[in-house]
Amino acid sequence: MENMLNVYLFGKKYQVPAGLTIMTAMEYAGYELVRGCGCRNGFCGACATIYRIKDKQELHACLACQTEVQEGMYVATLPFFPLVKQIYNIEEIKPNEQIMMQLYPEIYSCIGCNACTKSCTQELNTMQYIAYAQRGEYDKCAEESFDCVMCGVCSSRCPAGISHPQVAMLARRLNGKYIAPECGHLADRVNEINEGIFDEKIAELMAKSVDNVEEVKDLYNHREIEK
Amino acid sequence: MYKIDKLNELAKIVAEKRAENAALEPRRMTAEEKDTLLAEFHPDYRQDQFSVLGAGVNKGGKVPTQLAELLQGKSRINPADVDLSNPDYDTDVLIIGGGGAGASCAIEADEAGVKAMIVTKLRIGDANTMMAEGGIQAADKPNDSPAIHYVDAFGGGHFAAKPELVKKLVTKAPEAIQWLNKLGVEFDKEADGTMITTHGGGTSRKRMHAAKDYSGAEIMRTLRDEVLNRGIPVIDFTAAVEIILDENGRAAGAVLMNMETKELLVARAKTVVISTGGAGRMHYQGFPTSNHYGATADGLVLGYRVGAKLRDVDTLQYHPTGTGYPEQIFGALVTEKVRSLGAKLVNIDGEVFMNPLETRDVTASSIIRECTARDKGIETNLGKAVWLDTPMIELIHGEGTIEKRIPAMLRMFGKYGIDIRKEPILVFPTLHYQNGGIDITDECATTVENLFAAGEVAGGIHGRNRLMGNSLLDVIVFGRNAGIYAAAKAKETAVPENLTLEHINKFNAELSEAGIDTGKVSPMLLPHYARKSK
Repeated sequence: MENMLNVYLFGKKYQVPAGLTIMTAMEYAGYELVRGCGCRNGFCGACATIYRIKDKQELHACLACQTEVQEGMYVATLPFFPLVKQIYNIEEIKPNEQIMMQLYPEIYSCIGCNACTKSCTQELNTMQYIAYAQRGEYDKCAEESFDCVMCGVCSSRCPAGISHPQVAMLARRLNGKYIAPECGHLADRVNEINEGIFDEKIAELMAKSVDNVEEVKDLYNHREIEK
Repeated sequence: MYKIDKLNELAKIVAEKRAENAALEPRRMTAEEKDTLLAEFHPDYRQDQFSVLGAGVNKGGKVPTQLAELLQGKSRINPADVDLSNPDYDTDVLIIGGGGAGASCAIEADEAGVKAMIVTKLRIGDANTMMAEGGIQAADKPNDSPAIHYVDAFGGGHFAAKPELVKKLVTKAPEAIQWLNKLGVEFDKEADGTMITTHGGGTSRKRMHAAKDYSGAEIMRTLRDEVLNRGIPVIDFTAAVEIILDENGRAAGAVLMNMETKELLVARAKTVVISTGGAGRMHYQGFPTSNHYGATADGLVLGYRVGAKLRDVDTLQYHPTGTGYPEQIFGALVTEKVRSLGAKLVNIDGEVFMNPLETRDVTASSIIRECTARDKGIETNLGKAVWLDTPMIELIHGEGTIEKRIPAMLRMFGKYGIDIRKEPILVFPTLHYQNGGIDITDECATTVENLFAAGEVAGGIHGRNRLMGNSLLDVIVFGRNAGIYAAAKAKETAVPENLTLEHINKFNAELSEAGIDTGKVSPMLLPHYARKSK
């Protein structure tokens, strides 16, 4: 006999086998999911979920696809949260402090309650990355927020109305484009390709791929592999 | 710690041999050994799992049986029920699918100055691109070249790819990385800007660029942000259920369905791009999958019904290292980067049974052999699996490497009490990628005029096996390519007139003439996971 647990989906009681995730428990209960289900592997943030264990005070947030059901779990999914995303032209903005002030001024209203960090489904130090954003330290904000799946639970808990995932998104783009060191060998190679220095070699390979595939096979099977 | 004591006991054997195993340099298989292994153990070779198509442009071709049912299924709509004379949306380029290819396509079409619009049955970014962990290939290091990349990709795909597509893939790769970087995508770099690159299975140079093990997520969220910044319309929770043609048989839009209200809508367009992704949720041969919820082969069905030719759809990629245990993440991807960083595959006796960086089809087959014919797998309640010795990574590269380079893996297993820095993990192949798809030219054109395809739904780029890191590359290179050519074609195309869905009646007639009734309605749109019997 399977070990069955009592879970409360949107308040309604269902019995589901232990070992399921919240998402598969919903499907076991009969839900055909359209909302609140994306990659099912913890990368897309579609299945943000809030739960509380019966008779306990503490509120938890998680991704439904990555969290095992527990006895007495009261579950509410958060398939959409109205984050504020500001529009900007990445080519025209600069990685200075003013840009955050201009696009996301509400981050300076942070009252330091840390509800964002406590609710992060990825266990990120959310309040810390907002602090970095406030100071214009976008490289640190980018690093600290890197694993964000933009589920929006942090914003749902924020008394200052901050859209943390969008602030972090901006910081990462600024860092990736303007702050992180530029790659010299990449630019060199793009230039070499545009100058056509590989054209002849590629054309030769393409011709052999059609007319003399045995030769390409030989090349492949005896190619040198970098250690 | 594993919840099953037996697994903790068996893991000790792996730990005892770790130092010795880490020092090993297992030899590569010969071409003959690989051929024999594949023929005996690769799922693509199980003939009873395939059917021959009896209708459509690929009549006589072999495809997985579940796919044959959908390709030869009935339309979701009756042409008579749809009013095509008053479109709800009018655009230049209609892009079906909001993953990496669709988003890249939209950005390039917008850049070209035409009106682009994305429709997606879930949200923009709910796609396999988001879940790609390990990285993206590009031959941009001094010891590497696009020609070397060509040989790796063409050879890894068993010499079956279209040469002009491989050429485009490898010669546009460095530019793709540069384009992403300029959009603000972060890449792992040294302090001087040099890209930190590693091997993938079957690569002969270290050309795997990454953003930790969130490479695809970092790319996808940036592309999404850019699409939104450009004000490109994204119609979410709206699936395309049928391509619309004009009086000359050219693609001219699509019938859309709101996923929640089921309302039907009509989008008219001068050109249409199918970028709907793969088919992991078809669970071919009963395999679990690493794919996102919407990977149900819709684009193949949409294209096939209007006469777009398919190729290599009888070949699927089973990623060697799907999660074998625990059940909550069964089939979830364990990135190849784990092996790039030095973790080896180990059997129940603690033996390294192969070089872990063979191509994916070979590695998956070798794991299947270890768990079946050789009976050296580790038994769990979910079936057999082999060890992937993750602690070896820190033995080689030092403490802290796992948290820095593969944080998603650390987190995924950590949630179930397994510390991959200290304990090996259990893996078994998982359905991962559709190697073939809609046949395209190097301008992403299909065999139907004004219909384009890009990304996983397209075929011919990877032959019969794709290398790690060539899929993220494919969606960027060919997504952009589709945007450029679909926009150019839209510019020379007038607003389509006399829209028609007559192809549905024609296809239905062909089906009944061939005596085919699969009992299925397609495209599938979403898998059916809700428990029905109680």
